[in-house]
Amino acid sequence: MNAAARLGAWLWALQRGSAAVLAACVLVHLVTIVLATRAGLSAEAILSRTQGSVGWFGFYVVFVVALAVHAPIGLRAIAAEWLGWRGRALDLLTALATLALLAGGLRAIWGVFR
Amino acid sequence: MADVDDELEVRVWRGGEDGAFQAFRVPRRESQTVLDIVTHIQRHLDPTLAYRFACRVGMCGSCAMTVNGVARWTCRTHVNKVARKGALELRPLANLPVIRDLVTDMREFFDKWARAGGQFRGASTRHDEFARVEPASVQRQQVDAGIECIGCGVCYSSCDVVAWRPDYLGPAALQRAFTLMADERDTAGRERLQAVAGDAGCHSCHTHMSCTERCPKHLSPTAAIAKLKTAAARAALRGEL
Amino acid sequence: MKRLHAASAAALAHRLSGLALALFVPFHFWALGQALTGPQALQSFLDWTRHPLVKAGEWGLVVLLALHLALGLRVLALEFLPWHERQKSMAAGACGIALVAGLAFALQL
Repeated sequence: MNAAARLGAWLWALQRGSAAVLAACVLVHLVTIVLATRAGLSAEAILSRTQGSVGWFGFYVVFVVALAVHAPIGLRAIAAEWLGWRGRALDLLTALATLALLAGGLRAIWGVFR
Repeated sequence: MADVDDELEVRVWRGGEDGAFQAFRVPRRESQTVLDIVTHIQRHLDPTLAYRFACRVGMCGSCAMTVNGVARWTCRTHVNKVARKGALELRPLANLPVIRDLVTDMREFFDKWARAGGQFRGASTRHDEFARVEPASVQRQQVDAGIECIGCGVCYSSCDVVAWRPDYLGPAALQRAFTLMADERDTAGRERLQAVAGDAGCHSCHTHMSCTERCPKHLSPTAAIAKLKTAAARAALRGEL
Repeated sequence: MKRLHAASAAALAHRLSGLALALFVPFHFWALGQALTGPQALQSFLDWTRHPLVKAGEWGLVVLLALHLALGLRVLALEFLPWHERQKSMAAGACGIALVAGLAFALQL
């Protein structure tokens, strides 16, 4: 009972906290993309800005980590409520989703910053 | 009182979970409630119809049923407000086992109330002074906002999460738990918070607000549950959960 | 799901938009990961995104994102701010903001 209560409270807090971080990151990201679209996106143009930039690297790492926290918690609720998953299956889904998003996201960032 | 020359087509659920609808034609009158309809059917058309009621005046909550897909107190529901093209469909409350016809088994509803720690636990005795609770304080007003619940089950029956998660405590039980947690005289706060936090408790409320929308006493379980969420987070972050 | 009203429709839209975004994001990461093989691979992918259907898809994603964010703000308001009965109208307000954001993005395209 206690463990379930603590898990629930932590997941809730992490979900809201990561949501706040994502809100800020998403706004910056959208503005950036819109400006880049205006300037006429090309691979060279993107890469020239992102490669070697510690600032952008740091920003996107924060973005990916926040996403890897936020999305799996939401998916967990959907799996439990709409698919009826419980216990091990649910924990496994959450863990896999987190790892997949972290791995995919960090790989993608590395690809444009290398 | 003039009788209106109309008849209503009323489909009523008969039997248990795997029952069926039975159609009745009921004379339509002015100022008629859905409970009047059910009473008429049982008295004049089919005495085997099972249903619950008690006060008939919107105080006890016993007559709650699903009327045209929506949980309502039938004694407080005027036919004119809900009849669609002279037709009514009556089913027992959703999210609860059906005993027979329009009667549900309310045990699970009240068991969850108990599981959520829905009883007051105090520390004083008859030898102590009366507790002094300021009625106008913010905290007491929050309690008062949720305290008039009479356990009718309309909110529980309207909740999507109750339908999706069989172990979800539900809006009524959680609201009651909150009113006790926010009561400065209560001493079981920590245990109660442990009982109401988690997947089976407040953290599965997704603010659909159907409880708040449908509560016949205009209470807002969503508001109470929101406060449980913040209380749980605060306690967890402090290592007190 | 039971009969929809303002708040339950908002909650459903919030969940569905979140699900759609969660399904899109891995693809988004993969596309960026293409850059690992060099600027040419990224360029050919970028050229593909100029296709009108893809642009429409991107617009849809921005609307979903704006919607999810706006509806998330509604949830945060319900959970943290003092209780007001008028919070139903926030669902409408949230959708309005989302549409505005989507339109703004569309004008850029």
